[in-house]
Amino acid sequence: MKNKSSSFYHESFRIFRKNKTAMISLAILIFLIAVALLAPWICRYDPDAQVLKDRLLFPSAAHWFGTDEFGRDILTRCIYGCRISLSVGIVSQLIATVIGYSMGVCAGYFGGRTDDVISFLIQLFSSIPFLLFAMALMCALGSGLVNLYVSLGLLTWASTARLIRGTVLQIKNQEYIQACRADGGSSLRIIMKHLLPNCIPMLIIAITLGIPNAILSEASLSYLGLGVPAPTASWGSMIAGSQTFIRTNTYYSLFPGLCIIITVMAFNMLGDGLRDALDPKMHSNGGSL
Amino acid sequence: MGKYILKRALLAVGIILCISLITFIILDIIPGDVVSAMLGEFASKDAIETAREQLGLNVPLPMQYLNWLGGILKGDFGTSYFQHKPVLDLIANSFQYTLIMALAAYVVAIIFGLLTGIIAAVYHGRKIDRIVMALSVFGISAPSFWVAIILQIYIGLRLGLFPVSGVKSPIWWVLPSLSLGLRYAASISRVTRTSMLEVMNQDYIRTAYAKGLKPWRIIFQHVFRNALVPIVTILGNDFGSLLTGSMITENVFNIPGIGKMLIDAINRRDIPVVQGGVIYVAGICVLVYFLVDLLYAVIDPNIRLRKAAD
Repeated sequence: MKNKSSSFYHESFRIFRKNKTAMISLAILIFLIAVALLAPWICRYDPDAQVLKDRLLFPSAAHWFGTDEFGRDILTRCIYGCRISLSVGIVSQLIATVIGYSMGVCAGYFGGRTDDVISFLIQLFSSIPFLLFAMALMCALGSGLVNLYVSLGLLTWASTARLIRGTVLQIKNQEYIQACRADGGSSLRIIMKHLLPNCIPMLIIAITLGIPNAILSEASLSYLGLGVPAPTASWGSMIAGSQTFIRTNTYYSLFPGLCIIITVMAFNMLGDGLRDALDPKMHSNGGSL
Repeated sequence: MGKYILKRALLAVGIILCISLITFIILDIIPGDVVSAMLGEFASKDAIETAREQLGLNVPLPMQYLNWLGGILKGDFGTSYFQHKPVLDLIANSFQYTLIMALAAYVVAIIFGLLTGIIAAVYHGRKIDRIVMALSVFGISAPSFWVAIILQIYIGLRLGLFPVSGVKSPIWWVLPSLSLGLRYAASISRVTRTSMLEVMNQDYIRTAYAKGLKPWRIIFQHVFRNALVPIVTILGNDFGSLLTGSMITENVFNIPGIGKMLIDAINRRDIPVVQGGVIYVAGICVLVYFLVDLLYAVIDPNIRLRKAAD
């Protein structure tokens, strides 16, 4: 078993490494994460300090991306915005994955009534217009980083749960799991030791493809003023702030948007690459489709 | 088939009931006393009590929920705290804008999405396929409100082709529907391409070619038709997010739709308007999903037969 799974990941890694787009995306993401972590040491300016004499400057050597209406350096704010976006994306999707995995496993493994209830919840949460309820939740909880993690996490677990439920239904009657049960293995042991490893590739893909959606949602909520409270820099709220100046300062709207696109695109392409690499069906034909 | 429809309808009703409960609970945890916000901080205790009674806030929560739900079933969504108008009137007024916007974007998305998806599939592996796919990755990664602003800057202001804010005549809808629609065009394009490629590998398509049928006839009559199911799914699934997406884009273009109404209501803590707006839009989304499910059963004989056998 151990051997089989390690050779699976070995093979996946080999396929993944050959995927040029995915490797470039991974490099971009590592760069973005490093920049986000090191922000206080990289930036020459304070992201929130207002320097009113430097209002709305065009890009220059001192301010590569120019400055905003309060004289704050846009590059610095983009970098600090990266922290918000990445953390919201990653944390909210971890929450969603934990909920989704638990729900999916319980539904698939226990079946019966449990499955009926959870399947209904999955149906319910996939028919809820997601952004609308994110707006309502943020309105209720108030703006803030933790509230963003929670509301985006709570609203996006359904697709993971559905995926996991399907997988568990497929594998729960295989011999090694029945053997474990016959041997007196508890449900918890089976769920954590046998079902989880089988679901990990799927969970990795689900997280990677969930993050860009969470980032876009955070940007939309911040754009509407329901994300992080001012003056914290967030790409969405920067775009909202830039809107007054579209006649005079085009670059102001441009940069935060490009940041969003690069980040989201990198996650999307990394997710596609991971899916190609981690899908066992692809391995048989050498990973090319 | 009748049994299937009934089952789906019951599920839809259950979902709407749950959504109404969730909406009610979420919006009940909003901090701050609405009544004192309405009357100002110098209102007397008596005045506050009377106002609470008038708004139906003096009864226990479960009763408030049932009253609210009962009202909705009778077409009474409550009264706005601040505009003192029936919520349903406000919704009806603004929803037309959101609907026009979503439908216009839908048209843009379907036209661009299907066209580029089919082209990419037909020219699979060639340069044009790669260009379409690269554009579509860009399209699904760009937030539509940002695309909206960029279109405003470059097409609206620099080229002066279209007006950038408000709605007065059809031409004012061009930029809003483009900025919202292109995002969905990108996802439709990807799904169309994948789905068509899958069908193109089937034996019966090879047979059709071998029979000497004209290529365009094979593409449209055999491939496209059989590739439709995933495309219809995404068209249906997208409608909900198109409605909510249009609510955000409205704010960029200053369109007085339901999104603008909701954001204004959220900022003023006008709870009946928020509750009414959310449950209204959510209800429409559930209804659309239900209809898509039925449509599914009609276009895909596999589903129809399987469900009939159940």
